[in-house]
Amino acid sequence: MNDSKPPAAAKPPASRERIQQARRKWLRTILLTGGVTGAALSGFLPLVYARTKRLRPPGALDEKDFLASCIKCGQCVQVCPVQAIKLADLVDGVGVGVPYIDAREQACDFSCDAVQCILACPTGALVYKKPAFLGVRKGAKLAAAPILKAKEKDPEPTLNLSERIGVARLIRQESCLAIQGKGFKGQVQGAGFKGRMRYMDVDRWKPVKVADHPYDVAECDLCVRECPVKGAISIETVFAPDGTKRKSPVVHEPCVGCGVCEMICPVEPACIVIDAREVWNT
Amino acid sequence: MNQFLKRRFFDQIAVMFGREARKPAAISDRAQEIHILKRATNKERLQQAMVAHEKASKVHTWRNRRWAVLIIANLMFTFSFWFDIQILEGALTASRFVGFHLIDLNSALQVMLAHKHIIVNLVIGTGTVFVLWLLLGGRTFCSWVCPYHLVAEWAEKIHLWLVKKKLVTDQAIDRRLRTGSWLVFAVLAVATGYTVFESISPTGILSRALIYGPALALLWVLALLVFEVFFSRRAWCRYACPIGLTYGVVGIFSPVRIKYKLDGCFHEGDCRKVCLVPHVLDTVIKGRAVDTEVPIGPDCTRCGLCVDTCPTGSLTFDVKGLSKLL
Repeated sequence: MNDSKPPAAAKPPASRERIQQARRKWLRTILLTGGVTGAALSGFLPLVYARTKRLRPPGALDEKDFLASCIKCGQCVQVCPVQAIKLADLVDGVGVGVPYIDAREQACDFSCDAVQCILACPTGALVYKKPAFLGVRKGAKLAAAPILKAKEKDPEPTLNLSERIGVARLIRQESCLAIQGKGFKGQVQGAGFKGRMRYMDVDRWKPVKVADHPYDVAECDLCVRECPVKGAISIETVFAPDGTKRKSPVVHEPCVGCGVCEMICPVEPACIVIDAREVWNT
Repeated sequence: MNQFLKRRFFDQIAVMFGREARKPAAISDRAQEIHILKRATNKERLQQAMVAHEKASKVHTWRNRRWAVLIIANLMFTFSFWFDIQILEGALTASRFVGFHLIDLNSALQVMLAHKHIIVNLVIGTGTVFVLWLLLGGRTFCSWVCPYHLVAEWAEKIHLWLVKKKLVTDQAIDRRLRTGSWLVFAVLAVATGYTVFESISPTGILSRALIYGPALALLWVLALLVFEVFFSRRAWCRYACPIGLTYGVVGIFSPVRIKYKLDGCFHEGDCRKVCLVPHVLDTVIKGRAVDTEVPIGPDCTRCGLCVDTCPTGSLTFDVKGLSKLL
């Protein structure tokens, strides 16, 4: 059964039509190649929108490693009890399908107690402790495991987190109620605010709407009062630029950058915000 | 496996990577005998049978089963999240099935290439999925699970209707493009340290949209579908998607495949008309089958459309070894 001739000899000379067809096919191939490559570049389009740094979920690797290792499955989204984690769309900073936290809308309040998002991550884009081959930025490492106020009385009061995801910063001192010595009465961010938080006096395991938990404080200290981490922020007496003494929220080293202060600040826009991916600089 | 089938086995791997399917260089004696006998068959009887087939109502057994599996698989993701029942958490790129890690092979590859480190969980999940699709047929993933495959199938119906109305024509594209795009995305992942393909993968985008709600990224999926409807039939799956190639490679060694039986075949070619990857069915062309029974190559998505459409039952699902065992 070896009577077949070599294909070149068997082929009749190609007709003009065939040649034209082949040429058109090549043109289309080149066109589609260009199209797909162009579309692939649109994957970088988010970079254009990336002027504001996104806050990543707790335990996120440094940004470049994080973007490389995130598989965009959203398992972190699924386990979060307050649904703080969202997946980025085309216009939401780097990476379609990569998780981020919009702290003002819904901060991470650690109401899961165990940083479930890290546990859920299948690729190690979120980690309790970085593997040895990845460096730790100076000031990113927390001096001690953060103590969660909510479980301060538990045998194990700490949170399994070794690096901060950002640092809180008072950026609008002029409108801060604490600095002005003013109180706050009512619902934070209004009645329509959808953000949720765990209140230990309501239920340890069931976060409730912030709107359902109105405040009435003589001197505003919501950022300090609701901060989930012990010793991360306090109201201190400080000297104003004009030399007079006044009260002000002051952020301390244990701050992990969860963003609860940003969410709970009753002033619009928030006086205190998270510098995403920032390190402790003093 | 005899020498003819062995040669075809390697030939079909080359075809998967984009080479055109060729006439076989040698054919087994028994198959040749059938080919010769077929030339002597009564043409009138064949014609009658084909007319009868034309009039017969269409069978959709395998298609319906497949659509059911595909929809249920994708809804399992959605419902696991919506109702917090935690059966299948995550998205198609990576998930947990009652706690077990499952990670899409192509996504895992992209992450490994971009991150340049391999993490234990990633290996476990990838291993599980590799074994799963090795057993189930490689590109079975495409037609039985991938949500883009389903919407593309619906878009294909519109395309074929437009073709019938002579409003559009199917523009064929060189299949080597897919191998090229696989390489391009692999290189891009290594070079940029960013999983570039993941941000445009319609499979990932659709899967996330089904679970976490619609996103602007769906516009890209829509653009692909428009291209497929008006310009080139099933262009993404046929000519561009690297996921298909990754699973195709797994399918090389898979026992689940479609088997072709030469003797009953009419060679009327209906199977090739419905097929997503007709180059794997070149063996059904008159005189091409190298043996009396030929397994279909690894680029086949095991979708079963050909099985449904075949009037003579010459194409069937087959599990290597199992049929012998039974």
